[in-house]
Amino acid sequence: MSAPRMRLTLSTAPFLRSEQDTPWLMWQVVYALIPPIAASIYFFGLSSVLVLSTAVFSCLLTEWYFPSEPNGMKGESLRDGSALITGLLLGLTLPPNMSLWMVALGGVVAIGVGKILWGGLGQNIFNPALLGRAFLQAAFPTAITTFSEPAKDFFSLSSSTLALPLMKASSMDVITSATPLSKMKFEKEGTELWSLLIGNTSGSLGETCAVLILLSGLYLLVRGIIQWRIPAGIFLSVILFSGILHLIKPDLYPSPIFMILSGGLLLGTFFMATDLVTSPLTPKGCWFFGLGVGFLTVLIRVFGGLPEGMMYAILLMNSVVPLIQRVSQQRVYGT
Amino acid sequence: MLFSDPKDDGRPGTFSHGIHPEDYKSFTCELPIERMEFVPEYVIPLSQHIGAPAVAEVEKGQKVQRGDRIASPGGYVSVAYHSPVSGVVKTVELRDHPCGEARPSIVIEADPFSSQKFQQRGELDWLNMSTPQFISLVQGAGIVGLGGAAFPTHVKIAVPEGKNCRFLILNGCECEPFLTADHRVMLENANSLLYGTRLLAKFLGAQKAYIGIELNKLDAIEILKQKAAEQEYDVEVVPLEVKYPQGAEKMLITAILRKEVPSGKLPIDMDVVVSNVSTTVAIADYFQSQKPLIERVLTVTGPGIRRPANMRVPVGTPIRDVLDACGGLVDETSRIILGGPMMGMVQKSLDVPITKGTSGILALTDREVHELKTYKCVRCARCIEACPAFLNPSQLGLLARKSRFEEMVDASLMDCMECASCSFACPSGIPLVQSFRMAKSYVREKKAKE
Repeated sequence: MSAPRMRLTLSTAPFLRSEQDTPWLMWQVVYALIPPIAASIYFFGLSSVLVLSTAVFSCLLTEWYFPSEPNGMKGESLRDGSALITGLLLGLTLPPNMSLWMVALGGVVAIGVGKILWGGLGQNIFNPALLGRAFLQAAFPTAITTFSEPAKDFFSLSSSTLALPLMKASSMDVITSATPLSKMKFEKEGTELWSLLIGNTSGSLGETCAVLILLSGLYLLVRGIIQWRIPAGIFLSVILFSGILHLIKPDLYPSPIFMILSGGLLLGTFFMATDLVTSPLTPKGCWFFGLGVGFLTVLIRVFGGLPEGMMYAILLMNSVVPLIQRVSQQRVYGT
Repeated sequence: MLFSDPKDDGRPGTFSHGIHPEDYKSFTCELPIERMEFVPEYVIPLSQHIGAPAVAEVEKGQKVQRGDRIASPGGYVSVAYHSPVSGVVKTVELRDHPCGEARPSIVIEADPFSSQKFQQRGELDWLNMSTPQFISLVQGAGIVGLGGAAFPTHVKIAVPEGKNCRFLILNGCECEPFLTADHRVMLENANSLLYGTRLLAKFLGAQKAYIGIELNKLDAIEILKQKAAEQEYDVEVVPLEVKYPQGAEKMLITAILRKEVPSGKLPIDMDVVVSNVSTTVAIADYFQSQKPLIERVLTVTGPGIRRPANMRVPVGTPIRDVLDACGGLVDETSRIILGGPMMGMVQKSLDVPITKGTSGILALTDREVHELKTYKCVRCARCIEACPAFLNPSQLGLLARKSRFEEMVDASLMDCMECASCSFACPSGIPLVQSFRMAKSYVREKKAKE
């Protein structure tokens, strides 16, 4: 034989594997987040950089400190990139002048309570970033609903950003501004479509620029990272539900286009509702899930006490995913 | 309506789900079939097929001619075996079998002075033959499915009482990456293929024959379309989308007839019989020249092979000799696989012989087999999108990890055809199909005990 001492490995078929492994999937999401991140830095300057890096750092640190495997190596799970996504998404859903210590706390809760407690990657029921944000919303309801206009120049910072933990910062130095959704809810005042599209409004860091988020979403769809059924379900139910309301009373209920372009709907649709881990597996289940998220979002926005409902809509639907799965099992071939 | 015609909407036929692995066929798809030279020793295991092992009819020291019967069927689901060479029976003993265990085998020492020419015996008069006669001749010729499963062909073509066969489907998909043997057989033995098709169609009573070929074999589609048009019986070449596992029997039927085979049923329950193209050529060979199944065409390929080739190899040739005939292995070779990369069997020894079911010898290096680090399931649903049986491999995988086999059966485990699409697609490197194979054999064993 040509190679007498060759060693043959024994394993079982298949011997070919798709080259797209889990870290690859996660990094694609990170790449897709670059446009919204760039937009948030463009509009909100240094405060965006600080909030995002604080959120990322605290998420990574938490992930590093708690190995998800009983005998796992510290930091082993950092490589799959999922903690980085959680950090970025958490940061992008926060207002630009949020105090950094609160942001850091949010990151610890997002990874610690939202993911590690369940057993790490793939085991959690709720989207970790949104769980972290829900915690912040409950703990600091004022801070998380205080939005500022886009920054005048890159280095302008609000004093609240660097406030010490548990200290009350004077909120007088920043011109607060209502988001398009709160203007609509509390003042019945619309926002120009153009501003919603390019993101020149107040709002959470990553949610304002609709055009770039749509582009990112398209990238994820084309690359096959997310499935189209959940976004389709969300858009369908938002358009139907808010469209009917708008037709009944156009001056009281905003148009479907406004509904889709404002607030966190787009960011939530493409990056959080479609989170692989916390959305249903089955095609039919994805439809149910998407329709439910859209419906609940409009319900909360229009009839609830809060101007924005995307976060709670997704978290609520996350909680019923096991049920959705049970009723949406596929028909087996030949049955 | 006598029978419903499959919908013809102009698109190539296909099935739902499935995967698109790189096909790696360019190593050998242009290479004409070569004939393997004779080697000193042949090992013919008595169980190269699914079913009861054959019974040896020869003794140590007995002289045999090429094509002589050396073993008779050991039951109904069993076939005869014939000597691939002229020579002397060296021994009948346990030898390494590609399945990984030692199995009873007839070892024949080739006569170095024999011309090894097969004595052709002329065409059989099949026009005046009854169906039972035809079926027993197929069994006596030792013919089994050459696509890989090696199921005795005579059992498949015996239409049970009360059923009838309307469609004969010839499987020329060869959807496994790397393999090109069926492709070359279709190109080089097109006449035999159509002769065999006519035989099968006659004895099955089929009204129409289809030849399903994936669109990556355009030359074969072209040639067979031309020849099919000249036939007196109804045979149609159906181009099919390139997708794995298109060659799985159920997927092929769905692609051509646009109907699903009901769970737990056989193709004949839908009035269909499927036969692999090389098997059909083997049947034609027997009826044209009374040559039993003593050799087959296989693809020797992969980055570990110095000179990839399509070879006509006598059954029983040790793979070591076949590899040597192909220039040997490169040093980085880490796996030798019999069959394709999706469903083939890895080998621990180069002494095992080529069997009737061996469609290829694949030598892979660690570059192609990138063993993924295993992550937890991230519920990406790629396995669900891949599974052609519409199962939920993710859920089955979780159950398998906890050995909850009964629940796996409730989740349609037994509908899994082990095509490995789920394991291919899984980004977390979870051994899905591997655990399903184990679970299935556990369930079967338990059932057999009860």
